[in-house]
Amino acid sequence: MSERLERGLNKLRAQIDSKVQSYFSSCVHCGICAESCLFYTETQDPRYTPIYKTKPLHTLWQQEYTFWGKLSKSLGFSKSLTEQDFADWEPLVYDGCSMCGRCSMVCPVGVDIAYIIQKVKEGLAAAEYSPDDLVQATKRAVEIGSPMGVKLPALQAQIRHVEEETGMKVPIDVVGADYLALLSSMEIMNFPEYIAALVRIFKQAGVSWTLCSEAFEATNSGLQIGNSKIAGQLVQRVVDGAVKLKVKNVISPECGHAYSAIRWGGPNFIGKAYPFKVVHILELLDELQQTGRLKTSGLEKGRITFHDPCQIVRRGGVEAQPVRLLKSISENYVEMTEHGHMNWCCGGGGGVSTIERAEDLRIQVFKRKKSQLDELNVETIVTACANCRLVMEEGLEHYDMDIPIIGMTEIIAEHLVEN
Amino acid sequence: MIANLIDGLLWNISLVVFAVGVSWKMLSIIFAKRPVDLSVARASSIPGAIKTVFTRFKPAAGMASRIQMKIVAGYMFHLGLFALMFFAAPHVRFLDNEFLGFSWTAMPHSAFIISAQFAFLGLLMLWLYRVLDPVSKLISTTGDHVASILTFVVMLTGCLALLESFSELRLLHRFSVELFLIYFPFSSLMHTFTFIPSRAFTGAWFGRRGISS
Repeated sequence: MSERLERGLNKLRAQIDSKVQSYFSSCVHCGICAESCLFYTETQDPRYTPIYKTKPLHTLWQQEYTFWGKLSKSLGFSKSLTEQDFADWEPLVYDGCSMCGRCSMVCPVGVDIAYIIQKVKEGLAAAEYSPDDLVQATKRAVEIGSPMGVKLPALQAQIRHVEEETGMKVPIDVVGADYLALLSSMEIMNFPEYIAALVRIFKQAGVSWTLCSEAFEATNSGLQIGNSKIAGQLVQRVVDGAVKLKVKNVISPECGHAYSAIRWGGPNFIGKAYPFKVVHILELLDELQQTGRLKTSGLEKGRITFHDPCQIVRRGGVEAQPVRLLKSISENYVEMTEHGHMNWCCGGGGGVSTIERAEDLRIQVFKRKKSQLDELNVETIVTACANCRLVMEEGLEHYDMDIPIIGMTEIIAEHLVEN
Repeated sequence: MIANLIDGLLWNISLVVFAVGVSWKMLSIIFAKRPVDLSVARASSIPGAIKTVFTRFKPAAGMASRIQMKIVAGYMFHLGLFALMFFAAPHVRFLDNEFLGFSWTAMPHSAFIISAQFAFLGLLMLWLYRVLDPVSKLISTTGDHVASILTFVVMLTGCLALLESFSELRLLHRFSVELFLIYFPFSSLMHTFTFIPSRAFTGAWFGRRGISS
């Protein structure tokens, strides 16, 4: 047995906990999860059935935890996992699953399939069966501090532009601020208007906040590739920055997996609770609005909808806030037929958008979102995830759909009552 | 002699295997390592766990039209089998005499026939899915097929034994039940019990995040 296979198997073995045992004991292989997964519905390829993506871990569990599995393995009727199995499942798990977790909402016996798939990723990553694009992004995140290679000077340059545009100061490294705002590389490079929106909103609402020069990146490639150790390293940077600046709260930006990593996974990755609170920007905006600190005026006239980012809404629990926010600034808000925690993914979550070889598949599965949008006939799409935004922009362009997409924070800032 | 074996020793063995096997399996799941979640919960996990145990009886929003036949077949089979197991007159008498010491009103013969038709048709449809539907075919295991066949045999011999005109048919039914009980803890039939912790684990996870699942 090769060393990498052994590493992968040991990692998979370590993933078998109470929940995994319960889930595998309960699954009757009904296949209902397939109908909830856009990678299956849009390709009709049964290999994209969510529970099938967990097969490496299922095989190991069966052979080491069940009577028949042990018996058939000892009699030579079933084969142990091989490197070929790892190689075969790598594209299924990384390219063909956006970790959206829709399958986990529909399983009749309650299996949280996304939870298991994340564990399979841990095994594949340990055996070095991960897409090179994700490996490189993770390397950059560890060595440079950002999966896109964004360094502090690039952020500082964007800050200068924002300050020129808004005429307001962007606070950085302010000790004792109430809030530390995190950003995603995509926001820094592709959507700096998010930073401008923050400055304007926080100024009006009188929020004491800061950025941190040593911990501005919120994304977490460790989570995407399935390496908890690296995920912990990246979370620790944020914790160190927040502690150094003595902030009371950390704001997760408009990025789905970043929220998942910093809000829910983070304390578990580093093995201890935070000395601060984590809020998503949507939660904070909603709270500011509900308490009267954030005042907006005017209503968007055209038909407008919200694309729910999976990790923020379905797996993050921030569901009511974006709806309240959007309704407060629009008179023609419409919902997709399946929305909120049952919304369909854009197809690029979980690291899929980073994988170049997955582009054709991503465009193919975007047909699900396309059909949702075709039904609505909207003039504007609002979302709260820079990755969803970029993936949807590519999809819309590919299918010749001319619908602008805007971030929630940005559109709220456009409706601010000027002081 | 065979009758004595089936009614006596084998019956007792199958009951012990079933009871010990199911208990062992459930305990091994409940007491297996379960890492503590260190993130700050948005809400209590307990209501979510309890709620999800019940809400998953109903298909998720927007899914019904996609999985219509699977839902119909699943409900037909499970409800039909439940009625047969606990309300067929011979079973009510058997449970009274052998285990409980009390009984309840059994269903009339016509209801038995309808329940049996539901259960058979449901099981047949589910099994056809397993062998014909590309998704189910790909993910089904040998164990799933064995479980389906065993269940079918138990139901078939049960119907044959209904009239109680031949002792051999009753013995055949009991023998098939014994095989079923012995196979049960080592198979996906365990979902009869493990669906509860599975739904509860997932419900608790979603519940602490403030998500309705």
